[in-house]
Amino acid sequence: MARIDLNHIRHAYGPNPKSDKDYALREVHHSWEDGGAYALLGPSGCGKTTLLNIISGLIHPSHGQLLFNGQDVTNLSTQERNIAQVFQFPVIYDTMTVYDNLAFPLRNRGVPEAEIDRKVRETLDMIDLASWTNKKARGLTADQKQKISLGRGLVRSDVNAILFDEPLTVIDPHMKWVLRSQLKQLHQRFGYTMVYVTHDQTEALTFAQKVVVMYDGEIVQIGTPEELFERPKHTFVGYFIGSPGMNVMPVQLAGDTAQVGSHTINLPAPATPAGAKKLELGIRPEYVRLGRQGMPVTIAKVEDIGRHKIVRTKLENQDIAVIVAEGEDIPAEPHIAFDPKGINIYADSWRVGGN
Amino acid sequence: MEKTWNNKAWFMVLPVLLLVAFSAVIPLMTVVNYSVQDTFGNNQFFWAGTEWFTEILQSERFHSALIRNLIFSFIILAIEIPLGIIIALNMPRKGLGVPVCLVLMALPLLIPWNVVGTIWQVFGRVDIGLLGHTLESLGINYNYVQNPLHAWFTVILMDVWHWTSLVVLLCYAGLVSIPDAFYQAAKIDGASRWAVFRYIQLPKMNRVLLIAVLLRFMDSFMIYTEPFVVTGGGPGNSTTFLSIDLVKIAIGQFDLGPAAAMSIVYFLIILLLSWVFYTVMTNYDAER
Repeated sequence: MARIDLNHIRHAYGPNPKSDKDYALREVHHSWEDGGAYALLGPSGCGKTTLLNIISGLIHPSHGQLLFNGQDVTNLSTQERNIAQVFQFPVIYDTMTVYDNLAFPLRNRGVPEAEIDRKVRETLDMIDLASWTNKKARGLTADQKQKISLGRGLVRSDVNAILFDEPLTVIDPHMKWVLRSQLKQLHQRFGYTMVYVTHDQTEALTFAQKVVVMYDGEIVQIGTPEELFERPKHTFVGYFIGSPGMNVMPVQLAGDTAQVGSHTINLPAPATPAGAKKLELGIRPEYVRLGRQGMPVTIAKVEDIGRHKIVRTKLENQDIAVIVAEGEDIPAEPHIAFDPKGINIYADSWRVGGN
Repeated sequence: MEKTWNNKAWFMVLPVLLLVAFSAVIPLMTVVNYSVQDTFGNNQFFWAGTEWFTEILQSERFHSALIRNLIFSFIILAIEIPLGIIIALNMPRKGLGVPVCLVLMALPLLIPWNVVGTIWQVFGRVDIGLLGHTLESLGINYNYVQNPLHAWFTVILMDVWHWTSLVVLLCYAGLVSIPDAFYQAAKIDGASRWAVFRYIQLPKMNRVLLIAVLLRFMDSFMIYTEPFVVTGGGPGNSTTFLSIDLVKIAIGQFDLGPAAAMSIVYFLIILLLSWVFYTVMTNYDAER
């Protein structure tokens, strides 16, 4: 297992990158702890798979260094880096048995057969496929195949990190939960450094200790699921995480009050960002109260999704989503109020103020 | 819903039944008709029973043509299949090279068969042919018209030139369907070039290879036009394959009875061998 340092890494797929636009990955400079479970979360094309392939060595970064445990591995090949990777579509050697699939990476490295046998059986127990040992791998279901892909990484005791590239895409919904919790268990028991790429926020938030949110070739925030929810550093994180995403509206600031249209809102703390072109207020639908007091709104739509209702309201010209508990009534003359502890202020899309 | 049971559906099948009858069943039955009778022209037929079949099955001439043809098919399969795989493995996967290679590969397949024969007939000539003349000037006494070994060499080379492309194209189609992730995973697993071929590429080409072997076997077992144009079955009978022999008997000697009996035996052999190939290869496939 290893601590991974990404040292000013940038990557462009084209040969002569000039402006920032040419970079698929703009600048990533971070340290990931040994034994951590990280999820790279972001929309398609944000650079998360590029970053993953740079770590695995399938792509050589245009600039910067990659360190495993303080050692420079930027120029090492994939094999030499000793990482394991699970791909979007299960990769199995389908002419081999389950056992031979797991033994394959060890045999390629010339490990003695007795040692292979011990390791393979141990791994089969870990991934819960012991009863399938001598079955042909091709007859398995997608989730079992995906576990074999994972097993081929686990079987090598010395892997530096296990990388997952949207591994649950082809898995049936009900198996996703099972597989995800098995992954989490493996992580807790054996302390692998895991990096998990996904565009599904639920997956990221349930799997990882730290979620790395990427947007447009950059890491916009690294934080625990709670931090991402309560204090999104960037309006993108606010939109992207949460269902529905954060309400973001343009405001004018004056001391500890904010002006939204013709309404004045009290802020929890005064915010005076200097020289910002664009000021915005962000509040999650969970922190907007619908009642008989506050700012008058009109209701555009009510979506009942079972656990709660999402009420789409309009405050003057501003769309604001509100989450209302299932049992609550929607008043005839609806008003909304913002809970101060859910208010975040953004200057040029980046969050202003402490914690 | 209640299912309707009646025989109306047969009317729907009727056109295809008629088509098959006219294109296959009736001609085949004509051949069967000839094979059990003797005729001296004037549309007079005499019952011959299994006489022609016994004659053909015991004839030295048929045996040697059959063996010659089996050896020919075996040799061209042994060359074209591995060669096709090797070429397909080395073809580019992206870029400008792909269309260029594909067109080059498809070229021999587009040439009419008798033209292929003519090309090689000229190509091998000692006086004006590029191949023949080059070999001659290298000091090799090459003459496919008189030397049976040279005739075989020419016919096999011609078939390899003509048909390896088909194997290449089939294998290439199998290869490009392999997602990149497989190669990346193999890299991570530390697989050697041979292991990648053995455990990733070969299994994915399995099905197309089955088709390639079947097609090439059937085609080479029925080969007629090209060797007929190049060697005419000679020198002597050395390149007289089954279909050339058949035409000689039927049209050259006008022995319709034996020729019909031979056609049926020929047809049954192809059917049998193709079935054996197919069964063996699909069983092997199912086992693994």
